[in-house]
Amino acid sequence: MADPMRIRAQSSGGNAVVRVLMSHEMESGQRRDSAGKLVPAWHIMEVTASHNGKTVMTAEWGAAVAKNPFLQFTVKGAKAGDKITINWKDNKGDSRTDEATIS
Amino acid sequence: MYKKTLWGAAACALLLASAAAQQPKTASQGIDEYRAMLQDGNPADLFEAKGEGLWKQKRGPKNATLEQCDLGKGPGVFKGVFVELPRYFPDTKRVQDLESRLLTCMSTLQGFDEAELAKTAFGRGEQNNLTALATWIAAESKGMKFNLSQSHAQEKVFYEVGKRLFFQRAGSHDFSCASCHGEEGKRIRLQDLPRLTQNPGDGVGFAAWPAYRVSNGQMWGMQQRLNDCYRQQRFPYPGFASDATIALGLYLGVNSKGAVSIAPAIKR
Repeated sequence: MADPMRIRAQSSGGNAVVRVLMSHEMESGQRRDSAGKLVPAWHIMEVTASHNGKTVMTAEWGAAVAKNPFLQFTVKGAKAGDKITINWKDNKGDSRTDEATIS
Repeated sequence: MYKKTLWGAAACALLLASAAAQQPKTASQGIDEYRAMLQDGNPADLFEAKGEGLWKQKRGPKNATLEQCDLGKGPGVFKGVFVELPRYFPDTKRVQDLESRLLTCMSTLQGFDEAELAKTAFGRGEQNNLTALATWIAAESKGMKFNLSQSHAQEKVFYEVGKRLFFQRAGSHDFSCASCHGEEGKRIRLQDLPRLTQNPGDGVGFAAWPAYRVSNGQMWGMQQRLNDCYRQQRFPYPGFASDATIALGLYLGVNSKGAVSIAPAIKR
């Protein structure tokens, strides 16, 4: 079970700035452990952001994104009280969805 | 050939001079800017959320929550306890810091094996959970001022012991904590080191841990901070939640009286 995300969404001038902190190991698949064996890749593949249920952004992520990634973006026309939902899926099939209300 | 190098050197010097004129920024200012950029979106928030969840979750062999844990202000009180730890606890008859107290609660309330948990490596299994709990408890005192008690005789003893440990020189490098933290203006590579024999200021030294370290993506409590200081001094590792580490922490905490806690902080 993945740990929860931290989502902050604030309206400013007709738009909303969304800041997301995700809890994920983001193993690149390039590192070796103490026994010299490759640590298998384990990272987020896809991030989806929706605004009141409508998808506003999808992103394909790879091994180059750092551990516990931070993502910030602006949603045009989003108002206070609207719902922002973030979903990620990783290459092990795990996924996590969290929701926040724009303040 | 000789002339050419000379010209090259002159050009280099000119270039350096102009670069210096354009950027009066020192290396440590650059690091401060980098830290400020990281401040937004401190992954310590993730550990904080995890810790809060763990506090209320029924866990361990006794399947109990930690909500009855007494951190110094009575069972279940978590606001403002961090800035008064380490302190003397009459039930265990020991001076304890936040992490050793959580260890006590996890063993008495939840039934975890205290000795086994203390032996677990940092960042593994239940140690990871303990750090998350400490992160959350510390965050509940963010912005408050350190005010450690020195009223109990044991607390005075721990202060004196901590002070001696701070100045004790040993190991292959004949090092002590004071070698780096005993005067102003010392640094390790580009990291400015606080002077810990006095109050180093708000959010510096004792007032900044637990902290998330960006370089290795780990959340560190004060115990791990001290453990790593000893590693850098080439000392043997002190035991987790040992009296020595608590005494050292208490010494730093008492010295930090009046400093504002910014924990959980973010570190390079």
